[in-house]
Amino acid sequence: MQVYLPIAEVSVSAFLLLGLGGIVGVLSGMFGVGGGFLITPLLFFIGIPPSVAVATGTNQIVASSFSAVLAHLKRKTVDLRMGSVLLAGGLIGAAVGVKLFSVLKAIGQIDLLVQLSYVGFLGVIGLLMFFESLRAIRRSKRAGSVPKRKHHTWIHALPFKMKFRTSGLYTSVIPPLVIGAMVGVLSAIMGVGGGFIMVPAMIYLLGMPTKVVVGTSLFQIIFVTGFTTIMHAVTNFSVDMVLAVLLLIGGVIGAQIGTRIGAKLKAEQLRILLAILVLAVCAKLALDLLIEPSDLYSITRAGGLG
Amino acid sequence: MMRWMMRFFIMLVLLLPAFAYAAEDTVPEEIIADLSQNKVSINTNFDGSNILVFGAIKRETPVPSDAPLGLIITISGPSEKIVVRRKSRVAGIWVNTDAVRLDKAPSFYAVSTNAPVKDVLTSDEDHRFRVTIRQAIRSVWTTQLAPDAPQFTEALIRQREDQNLYQLNEGGVKLAEDTLFRSTVALPSNLVEGNYSTRIFLTRNGRVVSAYSTNLDVRKVGMERWIFNLAHQKPLYYGLLSILIAVAAGWGASTVFRYIRS
Repeated sequence: MQVYLPIAEVSVSAFLLLGLGGIVGVLSGMFGVGGGFLITPLLFFIGIPPSVAVATGTNQIVASSFSAVLAHLKRKTVDLRMGSVLLAGGLIGAAVGVKLFSVLKAIGQIDLLVQLSYVGFLGVIGLLMFFESLRAIRRSKRAGSVPKRKHHTWIHALPFKMKFRTSGLYTSVIPPLVIGAMVGVLSAIMGVGGGFIMVPAMIYLLGMPTKVVVGTSLFQIIFVTGFTTIMHAVTNFSVDMVLAVLLLIGGVIGAQIGTRIGAKLKAEQLRILLAILVLAVCAKLALDLLIEPSDLYSITRAGGLG
Repeated sequence: MMRWMMRFFIMLVLLLPAFAYAAEDTVPEEIIADLSQNKVSINTNFDGSNILVFGAIKRETPVPSDAPLGLIITISGPSEKIVVRRKSRVAGIWVNTDAVRLDKAPSFYAVSTNAPVKDVLTSDEDHRFRVTIRQAIRSVWTTQLAPDAPQFTEALIRQREDQNLYQLNEGGVKLAEDTLFRSTVALPSNLVEGNYSTRIFLTRNGRVVSAYSTNLDVRKVGMERWIFNLAHQKPLYYGLLSILIAVAAGWGASTVFRYIRS
């Protein structure tokens, strides 16, 4: 069944969009990532104009994250206090990101910068997570002892300390603010929730327990992506409601299934799977940059019918 | 299809008296034509559309048999600004390095003829009336004419031909008795809305002797129209509504799942 999308102005199969939303929803529920780093490139691939894909992607993340965050709230695996600090940083970052986006677009190199930063971020984070979780799995197999989590580093010595009871932390608000802001910038530029960066940052930099990390990152993501969606709707008119609804019908169902799968897996297994996924996307994007494209030319509609 | 046939037939009947009269008009041959529909409505399940262009050649004099007759039909969608970029390898990775800006290029362009273009249209006439795809784009070059700019235009044409947005259908116009003609143009599903100008050229020896033009109105209707208008006229409400729908769907799904489980 073909559906004509009013804002994207293309006709695509409704089932393709439902399936796409569903797969990304499962991943989002399992790992606490919004799935934007998968859905935005997938939308490009099926022929949705990039600006519409980015804006609608953020809207879809709100939906799939919302149902997942509800599931986490019920299991009390959300640190609301930490989430709010991350959110404050996120909103500032998103506002800066929108400004940055228009500047880069004018130069005409936004695609390259987005791709390069994807490859860089995903590569480093994926590798770190992969080896860390491999070590964790080997350790738990050998001794069955609980690995030491809380190591105090310079990060915990920064000023403006605050107590985060749910996470069992007493730490400075500066690192979560900075992390939140970085993720906000990425959300505005790449149409991603930023969970793939925030989740590892919370585990390795803030030392938060893995259990609350997923729920807390989702909490921050729904507000930041919601804010970004409205910014895109107002400035670029690029949010496609029909596309969003189809993606999110698949997405919300997938997210529910994903949350359940995630609850059954061990934290280390979850982390190594996410690491593999992140590395796979990174490799795909890196290859796109390295291999000669089949068509060297690309067309951009500069807008403004005349 | 039935409706087109009917209109085609009615047209024929109406035209018969015209052939009977021997008027003293100076134009020896004139095109009379119509479209199977002058409106294309884009609704949610829009999946492309076929437009039948049909008509007749009205003559005051006997059919001149010496010069070969040519018929060319063009349909052009709204023009837009286009930037064509080319990648090249910089430090091992492929990067956009060159760009050519086209101030206006049609979002859709279809050319149908009754014979190979070179036989029915001289290049002078093509240039004058901007008939073929290359002419339709080239006519609006403005800035940054790089030495290899034609390659960028060729890339645009190639990519849009792959998407059926640019079409050349030589032999797509069926001509009967050198008088009646018809042609079907397939509009793809990824149409931009606006006025699609339809032109018909009658040529003799490659020279345009008569031209006819009409408009095809492509519009979004129903829900498509409503969403499009809301998004452009009340973007803040539209954005909030999008979020609201997303949140409602997320919450609804989780409620349904909880209900199923209990």
